Amino acid sequence: MINRNPQLDKNRILQHLLTTEGLPASILLQILDTAESFVGVTERDVKKVPLLRGKSIFNLFFEPSTRTRTTFEIAAKRLSADVFNLNIAVSAQTKGETLLDTVDNLSAMNADMFVVRHAQSGAAHLIAKHVKPGIHVINAGDGRHAHPTQALLDMFTIRRYKKEFHNLRIAIVGDIMHSRVARSQIHALTTLGVPEVRVIAPRTLLPGKVERLGVHVFHDMREGLKDIDVLMMLRLQKERMQGALLPSSEEYFKYYGLTQEKLKLARPDAIVMHPGPMNRGVEIDSAVADGNQSVILPQVTYGIAVRMAVMSILAGHQI
Amino acid sequence: MCNIPLPDAEILYDQLVKRIKADSDKHYALIGIHTGGVWLAERLYQELSASQPLEPLGTLSVSFYRDDFDKIGLHAQVKPSDIPFAVDGAHILLVDDVLQTGRTIRAAINELFDYGRPASISLAALVDRGDRELPICAQYIGSELQLPKEKILVFSRDNDGRFNLDLENKKSVKKGKENMLV
Repeated sequence: MINRNPQLDKNRILQHLLTTEGLPASILLQILDTAESFVGVTERDVKKVPLLRGKSIFNLFFEPSTRTRTTFEIAAKRLSADVFNLNIAVSAQTKGETLLDTVDNLSAMNADMFVVRHAQSGAAHLIAKHVKPGIHVINAGDGRHAHPTQALLDMFTIRRYKKEFHNLRIAIVGDIMHSRVARSQIHALTTLGVPEVRVIAPRTLLPGKVERLGVHVFHDMREGLKDIDVLMMLRLQKERMQGALLPSSEEYFKYYGLTQEKLKLARPDAIVMHPGPMNRGVEIDSAVADGNQSVILPQVTYGIAVRMAVMSILAGHQI
Repeated sequence: MCNIPLPDAEILYDQLVKRIKADSDKHYALIGIHTGGVWLAERLYQELSASQPLEPLGTLSVSFYRDDFDKIGLHAQVKPSDIPFAVDGAHILLVDDVLQTGRTIRAAINELFDYGRPASISLAALVDRGDRELPICAQYIGSELQLPKEKILVFSRDNDGRFNLDLENKKSVKKGKENMLV
């Protein structure tokens, strides 16, 4: 039997967004094209469309997040959906309720969509397999596994500034090992036809056999940044570090922090991205983060349009 | 396949332009509805702007305002709306290819009001098929056409910019093809 992608129904239509891995380019591009239309909506006086009126979207955040939760909430509200934010860390789960019991109870309240952030890889998959047909699940980050909407908003930002994917050299710099963002970015970039994706990191922050994902590995940042069009910086995930993977954040900055001097090694029109939250002076220097090659704040703005696109594409696919 | 004779779209277009030009004192700001309405509005804009100054041409995609989203979902190729002038106080002329149920126009009016409060909205359509489901009428039409309900009137523009009309059976048309579900 064919192992079907759990995100797609039997007609290969998107029912859940769990990971960028295995999604065809046509679906990634459909999301980016739809988001393009939503950018126009977010620039109007009335930043709302009636598309998801009457739908209930539950934000299930089992892990703290400000930016992602807020942008999902804004996206849902701009689609006229009703949004419910559940701060699970201080509610039912602390009383011993299981994840799926929580989901069943919310489904009984007629939820149409769940946006899930969880420290365990696979949590969103588990929920997607469990919910009834017609209820959609969006993964807003699961453990080290995937963060597909972040990767999609990154793709959207790249396309806005660079127009095409097929002629780009892109470097992902930093803590690849603990990063669900990096995994989702790599899958999306290779699917969209970026010919050269590099990862730049110390050996201790790279997962084993990362080359299998189709990336070129560099340990020397100065070498890796040559001729690069897009730099995707990653946050040094201190809260996920176990054991001494790094001597100190000062030492990390010296070798892998992005400074203006190192940025000069990339192409002069290179753009600098970061998924946030930034550790200034650890993975990125303030002069770069606030400099004219930085597109970090536009990423946040585009994140709303991209999440509106994902929600409306999913909600429009009824059974 | 289809034996129903259709008028030449170019002749209908000429009639439509003539009727709009007769009201040249109205100083309309033009907005075409994707996709066929935009093609018509583009040509109309060329002709009208030759004799009077016009606001830049606007385009509207009603995908986010449709009332059948729950049934057919989002169109795979949603086009962005672009209104490059202030809607507040403007006399707007909406341009669409085929007027039938009036639901597209309802959606377009709703969307326009999210941009501002126009002084007035008028409607120009190349073909009025009747069969209205909402209290909407066009101020300017190329022609009225009585057609069987199961037929879809397809408006197209060829490479030379020439307009055409064709009839198709409802089932042969791909689901969600925007400009045909009028």
